[in-house]
Amino acid sequence: MYKYNDFDTAFLAERNAQFRAQVERRIDGSLTEDEFKPLRLMNGLYLQLHAYMLRVAIPYGTLNSDQMRALALLAEKWDKGYGHFTTRQNIQYNWPKLRDVPDMLDALAEVGLHAIQTSGNTIRNVTSDHFAAAAKDELTDPRPYAELIRQWSTDHPEFQFLGRKFKIAITGSSTDRAVTRAHDIGLRMVERDGVPGFEVIVGGGLGRTPLIGKVIRDYLPQADLLPYLESVLAVYNLLGRRDNKYKARIKITVLENGIDTIREMVEERFEERRRAFDGTDQLLLEEIKAHFTPPKLRGGNVETYLAAYDADPVFRSWADTNLAAHRDDNHAIVTISIKAHGQTPGDATAAQMRAMADLAERFGYNELRISHEQNVILPHVHKSDLPALHAALKDHGLATANVGLISDIIACPGMDYCALATARSIPVAQEIASRFDELKLEHDVGHLQIKISGCINACGHHHVGHIGILGLDRAGVENYQITLGGDATETAAIGTRTGPGFAYDEIVPAVERLITAYLSLRDSAEETFLQTYRRVGMDPFKAALYPEAQKKVA
Amino acid sequence: MPRPFTPKIITANDLLEGDVIYFTDTNSWSRELTEAELIEDEAEAQLRLLEAEKDALRVVGIYLTDAKSGDNGPEPTHFREDFRRTGPSNYRHGKQEAAANV
Repeated sequence: MYKYNDFDTAFLAERNAQFRAQVERRIDGSLTEDEFKPLRLMNGLYLQLHAYMLRVAIPYGTLNSDQMRALALLAEKWDKGYGHFTTRQNIQYNWPKLRDVPDMLDALAEVGLHAIQTSGNTIRNVTSDHFAAAAKDELTDPRPYAELIRQWSTDHPEFQFLGRKFKIAITGSSTDRAVTRAHDIGLRMVERDGVPGFEVIVGGGLGRTPLIGKVIRDYLPQADLLPYLESVLAVYNLLGRRDNKYKARIKITVLENGIDTIREMVEERFEERRRAFDGTDQLLLEEIKAHFTPPKLRGGNVETYLAAYDADPVFRSWADTNLAAHRDDNHAIVTISIKAHGQTPGDATAAQMRAMADLAERFGYNELRISHEQNVILPHVHKSDLPALHAALKDHGLATANVGLISDIIACPGMDYCALATARSIPVAQEIASRFDELKLEHDVGHLQIKISGCINACGHHHVGHIGILGLDRAGVENYQITLGGDATETAAIGTRTGPGFAYDEIVPAVERLITAYLSLRDSAEETFLQTYRRVGMDPFKAALYPEAQKKVA
Repeated sequence: MPRPFTPKIITANDLLEGDVIYFTDTNSWSRELTEAELIEDEAEAQLRLLEAEKDALRVVGIYLTDAKSGDNGPEPTHFREDFRRTGPSNYRHGKQEAAANV
């Protein structure tokens, strides 16, 4: 993985020193809050409902063990012993004190981490496939490109004051695990005549106006990545609306001007900008790529794995749900669920973070990933190590066998923490997970993604959940709208609203009715919730959700 | 016809801790909502807000919000302020965990 050079290290040290001085000046009264706020936001520091929140970037979701231990240190020393992994491959600390934040940033810098551009109207943390360099279906590791984009976009003078925040996601696989179609720019590696390049998608996004992105270039040579991105950003900077913050995202620019007009303008600028790139970026990319050489995978047989799989039903259940196919048949990709039933989705304690760091060193070639689904991944584990890994995970409450199942819920912090939220998300997620754990239906229901947001900004990706739940404030009472049929993958779709929302104490029973309806509607145990929805449509689910309305019609 | 004025309190966050705080009738800040000044008059509310804003270097995000009179002092009328006075629902953190001094 990428290792900071002298320039990177000096840059972070200088930046942190600047922020330390800014904090001191705010505390001694030299800076007003109006003056200080943009400075703290540039360094990932928000003020939320109950306290400050520090958002730390985990570029393209990749960490090594030392970095994970540093995240644990921050949780333990300056917070309340835990951190919250988000859908943007960040980690958030919910209780830092203003005076401590410079020390926290210095501790992060020691392991090559930072909080720069995790806030503000700028290019945010570049996200990527959490199975990068391990997935069987991958064409090319997308992370060197993501690192190139990170370096290019950090403090880029032209793009520090955009109309709104700007999010880029990149994947090297045909299977989209990075939700590329719901980003301002999505990059998907494709091949033409055997040469990998990028399909470029623009204008996707969730929030107030959820839209699936449009393909602006079906093939972009790898060498043209930066000048092309610059051209898209330049057109957005020019045309993007600034009169209304809700209409300031590039998705609105694309919607209002049309993809053909945007494409034409981007191509025009691209011709100019490409000439300004003298190849330095490609030399840099080659240097970056050298840091992403895959680990030397060890050989050996997998008999201990096969024996445990046959003998231990608990291990088998975990293996069936939490493992994914690795490019090397003797290895597996392990998703560690941090969604134990009844716990807060995405939260990990300092002890759990340290345990995962240790296990990554012991079994996983010292690599960890954070997924946008708020779980932790060990991308390379030899199958013979899986029984021992599973046993160790159990000791730390990290062996929940629910990846991709109903309790593997994405949930934003909601009104329990977020100043923007209009309702709570976390307790809804906790109660759904607990309810289906009690019913022992989870494995029978199979693959199902529930995504919950506590406001219209959709940090919980509810629009692309198979079942999406949006928490709103209706006349001073929490109310939850349901959408069905959303899809976050390469067949991305925005879910359709079912009808009136549900009160807080009605939402879990409503989800239960949906699941009961699905179990009676599916044509076999292999047909997933999404497949059934696509086959039968909304009506039978609506009938299950609103039985009283059905009676009135009858 | 203008809507009738509903009683208000003044709230903000503490600069150093980020903690939720309330303006009292002695021009100080308390971490307890029950100690907040309940302002029943609209013109008075604006004057008290100006008074509270004199402390803008020590506190962040001062605003007026609805409240009602309760047995032990002001109480929130909206669930958002109810969460702010207690803390998150997933852990006993925030005000549920400890009281501190401004």
